[in-house]
Amino acid sequence: MPEQFNTLTSRTFVIDQEDIDTDQIIPARFLTTTTREGLGKLAFHDWRYDSDGKPLDNVSLNSLDTGTHKVLVAGRNFGCGSSREHAPWALYDFGFRAVIASEIADIFRSNSAKNGLVPIVAPPEAHDWLMAHPDVEIEIDLANQSVKLGNGPSFLFEIEPFAKHCLMEGTDPLGFLTAQSDAIDAYEKQHA
Amino acid sequence: MSPEDAASAPRSLFEKLWDAHLVRAETPDTPAMLYIDLHLVHEVTSPQAFSVLAERGLKVRRPDRTLATIDHATPTLDFAPGETPPYATEAARNQVETLQANTQAQGITLHGWDSPHRGVVHVIGPELGATQPGMTIVCGDSHTATHGAFGALAFGIGTTEVGHVLATQCLLQRKPKSMRINVEGETAPGVSAKDIILAIIAEIGVDGGTGCVIEYAGSAIEALDMDGRMTVCNMSIEAGARAGMIAADETTFAWLKGRERVPSGADWDKAVEAWSDYRSDPGAHFDKEVMIDAAKIRPMVTWGTAPDTGIAIDAPVPDARSASHAKALNYMKFEAGMPVSGAKVDQVFIGSCTNSRISDLRAAAVIMSGRKVAAGVRALVVPGSVAVRAQAEEEGLDQIFIAAGAEWRQPGCSMCIAMNGDKGEPGQLIVSTSNRNFEGRQGPGARTVLASPATAAASAIAGHVIDPATLTEPAHA
Repeated sequence: MPEQFNTLTSRTFVIDQEDIDTDQIIPARFLTTTTREGLGKLAFHDWRYDSDGKPLDNVSLNSLDTGTHKVLVAGRNFGCGSSREHAPWALYDFGFRAVIASEIADIFRSNSAKNGLVPIVAPPEAHDWLMAHPDVEIEIDLANQSVKLGNGPSFLFEIEPFAKHCLMEGTDPLGFLTAQSDAIDAYEKQHA
Repeated sequence: MSPEDAASAPRSLFEKLWDAHLVRAETPDTPAMLYIDLHLVHEVTSPQAFSVLAERGLKVRRPDRTLATIDHATPTLDFAPGETPPYATEAARNQVETLQANTQAQGITLHGWDSPHRGVVHVIGPELGATQPGMTIVCGDSHTATHGAFGALAFGIGTTEVGHVLATQCLLQRKPKSMRINVEGETAPGVSAKDIILAIIAEIGVDGGTGCVIEYAGSAIEALDMDGRMTVCNMSIEAGARAGMIAADETTFAWLKGRERVPSGADWDKAVEAWSDYRSDPGAHFDKEVMIDAAKIRPMVTWGTAPDTGIAIDAPVPDARSASHAKALNYMKFEAGMPVSGAKVDQVFIGSCTNSRISDLRAAAVIMSGRKVAAGVRALVVPGSVAVRAQAEEEGLDQIFIAAGAEWRQPGCSMCIAMNGDKGEPGQLIVSTSNRNFEGRQGPGARTVLASPATAAASAIAGHVIDPATLTEPAHA
């Protein structure tokens, strides 16, 4: 289970690129795993390693300190492509706890919120500012759905209330679903 | 609006399916609980879900509504009966064996190595008649929208949600927005379903359908056969939409009749009557509507590294509109102002959940018949299922491909996702009938041009990207 998320003060790591797809986040050839652990070393694999698997020196992701940089900021339509939950598993294991973009793909956003990675869609001005100010310290307050930008203004973001609840509790919704078995029984009886 | 008005208000196909599957309506605090009629499972996105069930001591609630196959990590090479399949890696073998063990333990039907219906999950569901109009269908795979071609609400889910559906047959969802794409008019000869969907995605953009369920409608959609409709719905996610759907009609019913899992006799008539209600009422509300003129669609190819970079095959590659476009042009080694046609081809892949059905193979065979794959080009033809392969062999299509010099493979996802050993090499240009042209999708450094089966086949013959209508290499049949 992921950690509970309440507030986070962190620097940002900016990837100035739109449409970062799940094949970039974790290439498909690594999906033969049967566990969800230890995928951080494969995050953005083909950007970080050469064809022999040696880390590339000039790639800042390879020297990033996720002790101080837990927030990934990227361009529009982050996480597009496949439904692989390996994408948020890899980003979480790498050390990220939130992703901020001007738009986040549906399935990735749904998967992230179930795995301790807070998906934040920033309004255009705030997003532009974040893209233009890499490495800035920000403060995410999930309860209040707000992000404070450095010493500057804050913006509010939308998050589906149940996803927010699960992130704050560090839980996934399976317990909620299994508790509804009477309603499921009734539906199945009615539609038998 | 009063409850009476709501009951009589015109509803879209999507709204009808949504309403019919509500176990629990949404509240401000919790999403709707949607009942899932059919859950398709494959080896790649399920092992961690089965593990969660085991950790919590839960059983699969409805094994009878769950159907599994192996497709993503499986080799497409031949092997003798009794031999171990030639897996690319030990991890791939382990993943397939994990699914075998999980399905056996939970009483789930698995179309595994010995099944005549093994194949790409989005090919075998319809083929078995497991996919039916009016259903909710999910799978841990973003191309699940394929099944929407039958008037079903079908979408891809993550592995955590795979666990939810295994354990409870339900999914938590907020109601998405709705979008209707009307493709009206007649397409020109040589324009296929793949060209239609590539044109749609180019029009609305790679995120044009984000947050939406798309209904495809209009005379050009109605004119498509079921294989073509599946091709269109399949790529809904490439426009950001989790689901795409087409209302069921006589074409749908004729295709389904007699298949293994559909009702027969009087039950068939009853089913068709019920299925016929699943269409959008006149005046139904859509959050967004798009009109596409079918007559203007040309054979399409993509020039970039996102699926919305489709252009007419003879049109010039556009100037870069953004840094991402410039990066894509650089990766693809294409030049603005030059057409994609004429670019030298290294590999051709005909297959995937988008284009591996019998109609797709026939379209490729028509082009390849009596011709030879150009020297230096490797062409892979990978049928979508064991049954599609058998049908193609009955029609002699395999002999056409083999005589042309193409490789006739066993079914699977193969080079679409390139995780089974079938892949492109760095820098190679691949004309592919699959659905994604992301950087490295078909192998690190490989460059993908998405196209129809006819265009892919013609490009294999010519050795460069080419409009099949202009193929001059003579047929020697």
